[in-house]
Order: sequence, then structure tokens, then C-alpha cells
Amino acid sequence: MAAQIFSAIFVIIIGVGGCVAYFWGANKLLDVIFPSRGVSGTAAVDNLRRQGLVRPWLFVGPAMIILTIYLIYPVIETLRLSFLDRGGVNFVGLANYEWAFGDHDFRNSILNNILWLAVVPAACTFLGLIIAVLTDKIWWGTIAKSLIFLPLAISFVGASVIWKFIYEYRGEGQVQIGLLNAIIQYFGGQPQVWISLPFWNNFFLMIILIWIQTGFAMVILSSALRGIPEETLEAAVIDGANPFQIFWKIMVPQIWGTIAVVWTTITILVLKVFDIVLTMTNGQWNSQVLANLMFDWMFRGGGDFGRGATIAIIIMIAVIPIMVWNIRQANKETGGH
Amino acid sequence: MTAKTGKSFASRFGVHIAVLVFVAIWTIPTLGILVSSLRDKDQIIASGWWNSFASSSQTEAGRLPAAAAQTQKDGKYVIEGNIFGDGARREISAFGVKAAAPTQYKAGTAADLGDGVTLQMNADGSFVLASPKAFEGERGQRVYYASSAPPKFTTENYDAVLFSEGIGRSFMNSLTVTIPSTVIPILIAAFAAYALAWMRFPGRALLIAVIIGLLVVPLQMSLIPLLKLYNGVGTFFGVPSKTYLGIWLAHTGFGLPFAIYLLRSYIAGLPREIMESARIDGASDFEIFVKIVLPLSFPVLASFAIFQFLWVWNDLLVAMVFLGTAPDQIVLTAKLNALLGSRGGNWEILTTSAFVTIVVPLIVFFSLQRYFVRGLLAGSVKGG
Repeated sequence: MAAQIFSAIFVIIIGVGGCVAYFWGANKLLDVIFPSRGVSGTAAVDNLRRQGLVRPWLFVGPAMIILTIYLIYPVIETLRLSFLDRGGVNFVGLANYEWAFGDHDFRNSILNNILWLAVVPAACTFLGLIIAVLTDKIWWGTIAKSLIFLPLAISFVGASVIWKFIYEYRGEGQVQIGLLNAIIQYFGGQPQVWISLPFWNNFFLMIILIWIQTGFAMVILSSALRGIPEETLEAAVIDGANPFQIFWKIMVPQIWGTIAVVWTTITILVLKVFDIVLTMTNGQWNSQVLANLMFDWMFRGGGDFGRGATIAIIIMIAVIPIMVWNIRQANKETGGH
Repeated sequence: MTAKTGKSFASRFGVHIAVLVFVAIWTIPTLGILVSSLRDKDQIIASGWWNSFASSSQTEAGRLPAAAAQTQKDGKYVIEGNIFGDGARREISAFGVKAAAPTQYKAGTAADLGDGVTLQMNADGSFVLASPKAFEGERGQRVYYASSAPPKFTTENYDAVLFSEGIGRSFMNSLTVTIPSTVIPILIAAFAAYALAWMRFPGRALLIAVIIGLLVVPLQMSLIPLLKLYNGVGTFFGVPSKTYLGIWLAHTGFGLPFAIYLLRSYIAGLPREIMESARIDGASDFEIFVKIVLPLSFPVLASFAIFQFLWVWNDLLVAMVFLGTAPDQIVLTAKLNALLGSRGGNWEILTTSAFVTIVVPLIVFFSLQRYFVRGLLAGSVKGG
């Protein structure tokens, strides 16, 4: 273990030192090859121009290399693998896609993912907005926000354990130590094994993600609400609008852009949801989702890369519209710069 | 807005109550595992954690020793002992011999079981079963008793998970993964972000678009090709394919688009006059970056560092693909996932391990919340 800590420290030093050495050294080298100081006027101008051509690439080079290896190449390779067999050798055409749409688990995953997409972003945004508005009105709102924000720092696995404890079911005659079943029992209901109830178990898993992500929506929306001009609210009050009208007709329309950003961010997260399903049910009792199914196929029976890649592509296809929208938005913003 | 929208006392009061309910829902689950992790492991299953400050009581069934244990005393056949054996002592309040009436007799009284047989059970668990005739049979008398134990809090669970369940080791592994994975991307991203914000070169707009596109590419797209690549490299050089170096680079790669995006939008917003006056004074791009941009960008660098730290610390997927599951490599999240499988019912282990797992993010979060929120606001297109 000591060796491990030592090697981690060593790597930090090497990594950071290496980066510094590269950026410093490459710049120095450029200055030496095309000197701009101490040479005649025209030569200096020429060399400055040459430096200007090369230097940006020295700056973005390392990032581009890493992005190419870790993201761009894999995207292309995954697309290619989705047309190959389990070992990634023989071309099988669309066989993997045909398999997918005929497979029970896959269809179940698609349906569950759609359910997640319909519920989680909406619930997080709605709850986040309500909490943001309410906490703005009270003196201890900051503390309240901090506490609701807190689950965002907790890992999905940690959150799963936390909620598994709440959903815990103990056989008849035993004390229910899970909060949910204890409450149900207190009101005279029948304790249930919540996470193995087909269909409904999806919602019990979704609650975990909603619990984590509402804080995110709340913080972003709260800052957007602060940006609403006071005059519009004052005018509404003078016109005799009630709080609900102010909320729906004055506040919400002014922060549509932010709501869209929150919604899409959570949508992408939902498409990739993996940890919660793996730790809570591992896809049993019809709670499978695409990301977990993909992980399953990556390693099942030595791994089926063709099918795994196909499932990844299908997740990717769902993300593409958001990706295009993001790039368009960003182009609009940076167009002037 | 306070004065304008919440007019009546009733509606103000309603807001306080509503927020209180939300705060309760959002904190009680975490409180549950914190409290449970400090409870005695027998009490965790005997009562809900919300009752942990009350004595836990339960009704149990036991069997007295068989005829072989009898002794003769004052002309009677007697079986003596303590129902708890060598186990934890609890306090018995009542006992019985029929399942239908498990608390028929008060502790300390003698129950008449018929045929002159008497059974006395005391509060401390000791019992005396006496009979004028010799006991027979292989099986002892069935008894039922209600017992209670005072609330007991302990740090034993922490000792157990840290030192014998391997959580302590995993904690170190998580640190080993997280710190380099947080530090390495910062410099690489900062240089790229400066170039994309303040240097003019062909293809810049395209590069920015590519990075924004990569922000939302699901991690799942990278896993299989990288797994193949790592296996290939491992075989080719005759080294293991699952190494810390491998996961550091992977996290660097996955974190870069967000890092560049976040830093670029901040650096692009720095005042143009500062850059230009430095340039007029003869400073090169490198000097401007190191002496002006880096120091001014400290808040956003901190934001990114916190994000990346939390993301890497909390990650399960990348760790499961790129690291092994041996004790020297398994990180906290993966270990916790493994414990859920192997120790599914041992809530003292699970709650304690979960708390150890989340304590570092909570500390980072509470101490650096300002930077965290700033990063969140600046980079909310990132999908997590």
C-alpha cells in the first residue's frame, strides 16, 4: 500500500512535471527555431507570423491527442464493431441490430429507458423549480438549499445503499427496519418487497436519481430566477396577479432557456444511468436499462463486443439531437468572439 | 421578493412547512445510514433506526437444554442455565411456553406447566425448570420471551469495515485513482482552453464544435474500443492491462471535454485589455498564459478540480472496466457494490461502508460549495 501511495505521488509529479516541461520546452524550442527578438525587422515579422501558425497547435496538441484516443477513435470503432460478430472479427451486417429488436431484455430496456426519460427529467426540473421558488422566500433558504443539494455529492452506489435501506423488506413476523415498509405497516398496510415488483420497481429506482438530481436543477434554476428583472414581478403584483399566476405566467416563461438546459442535462444523465440499476436489481424483475444491458453484454460469457457496441450506438443515437442543439447554441454564443 | 408574494401569515407559514418537508425528505435517508452505522449490529435488525434512542424490544423463541442436562436437587429434577448462553445479555420482561401466549408470565415469577413442573425465568435470562419426575426426551422445553436492550452506540462497525472488510484499503485505492485523475487534466485543458479562447488559427471553430459535441458523448461509446485497446497494449508489451496508469489516462480523457469547455468559456471572458496591454509590452502567448491567465483563472480551475474529483471518486463504471477487483485495485464504489452482493443482509457492514464512501465527497462539498456551484452554473451542459 505504501508503494501504491508512493507511485501515485510519483505519477502526479511526473504527470504535472511532464506537462509543464512539454509546454515550456515546446515554446522555448519554437522561440529558438523562429527567433523574433534580436533579428532584423522583416525577419522578426516573418518569424512571428510562423510562430503564430505553430503555437496554437502546441497548446491544443496534447488535448487533441488524448481526445482522439479516448473519445473520437472509440466512437468510430464502436460504430464499426456494431456490425461485427462477438469477437469483433467477422462482418455480420445488421444482425446485431436485428437481434436487439427481437430480444426481450433489450425491448424491456428500451421501454424502461423511455419511462425513465419521461419521469426523471420532468420530476427533477419541477421539484427543483418549486424548491428554488420556495427557498427564495424564507430566511433559512440557503441552509435548506444546501441540504437538498447535498445528495449531488453522493455516488450513485452510495445513494443506492441509502435507498436500499429505506426499501428494505423483512419477512412476516420480523420488525420492518426499512423506513418505507415501517410507515406502510404503521398505517395498517402490507409490507412489500418494493424493488422486485415488476414495472413499479422502476419508479423506486427513479426516486434515487430524482433525489440526487433535484439539487442540481434547484441550483441552476434558482440562479436563473434571481436574474428575472424585479420590475416584471412588481408589475404583476400591482396588476393583482396571485402567486400562482406570477409563477406560471411571469417567472417560468422568462427562464425557459434554463429549464431546457436543466432538462437536457438530466436527460443525458438518464440515458446513461447504470450504477443505480446495477446495484439495486442488476436488471432483474424487468428493471433493465440500456447502459446496464450494455455492460452485461460486454462481459457476459467472455464478452460480446458486437452486441455491446450495438447497444452503445443506440444510446448514442438518442443523444445526437441534444448534441446538435448544444453545438448550435454554442455557435450562436461564440459567433461574435 | 419576500414581502411581495408571501402576504398573509398563513401562506408564509405554509412555505416554511413545505420547505421543511422537502428538507426532511432529502436528508432523512442519509441520516438513516449514519445513525445505523453507529448502532450495535444486533439492534439494527431488532428495531428501525428511528427508534434507536429507545430500548429495543423483541419477542424471541428459544429451547431449554434437553433432559441430559438435568441435575437432582432437594428431591427434584432441575435444569438450570441462562437462555442467552454466552451471547449478548438482554433484559427479559415476560416469558411463556406457548406460541399463542409468548408473554404469559412476568419475569421472575414461576410458571406452573402442569404435573408439578415449574419454570422460572428471571430478568437476566437465567431460568430454573424443576419437576418431581425425571425429564425425558432429546428435545428441551420450548420457551418464548420478550426481551429488551438499552440503546447501544458503538464504533465497532467502523473498525470492522475499515480493517477487516477491506474498505480501508479501498479508500486508499480510491485516493490513488482520484488525485492524479484530477490533477493531470487541469494543465492540459488550461493550455487548450487558452488557445481556443485567445489565439487565432484555422480550424478553431471546428475544434470548439467538436469539443462541445464530445461533452455529451455517452461514456458507453468508449468502453469497448478502449477495453480492446488496453488488452492489446497489455498483450503487446507483456504488461497487465488493468493498471492505475490506464485509469488515470481514461479519466483524463473523459474529463477533458468538460474541462476545456468550462475553462474556455471563463478564459474567453477575461478582459481583452489586460491581454492586449501585455502583448504590447512584448509578452509572448506563453508568458501571458502563465503570468496572467492562470492566476486569474484560479476560481474556475478550482471549480473543475472539485467536479472532476467528485466525478472520479463517485465513478463505478470506469473503475469496473479499467481496474481489477483484487484488493490492491478495487475502489470504494466497486467494493460497496461487491459488498451489496456478498453482505446483502448485513446492514451494519453496508451502512458503515456507504458512509465511509460518501464522507469524502461530503467534506469536499461542504468546504468548497461555492466553487462547486459556480462550476455547475458555468458548465451545465455536461451530462455528469
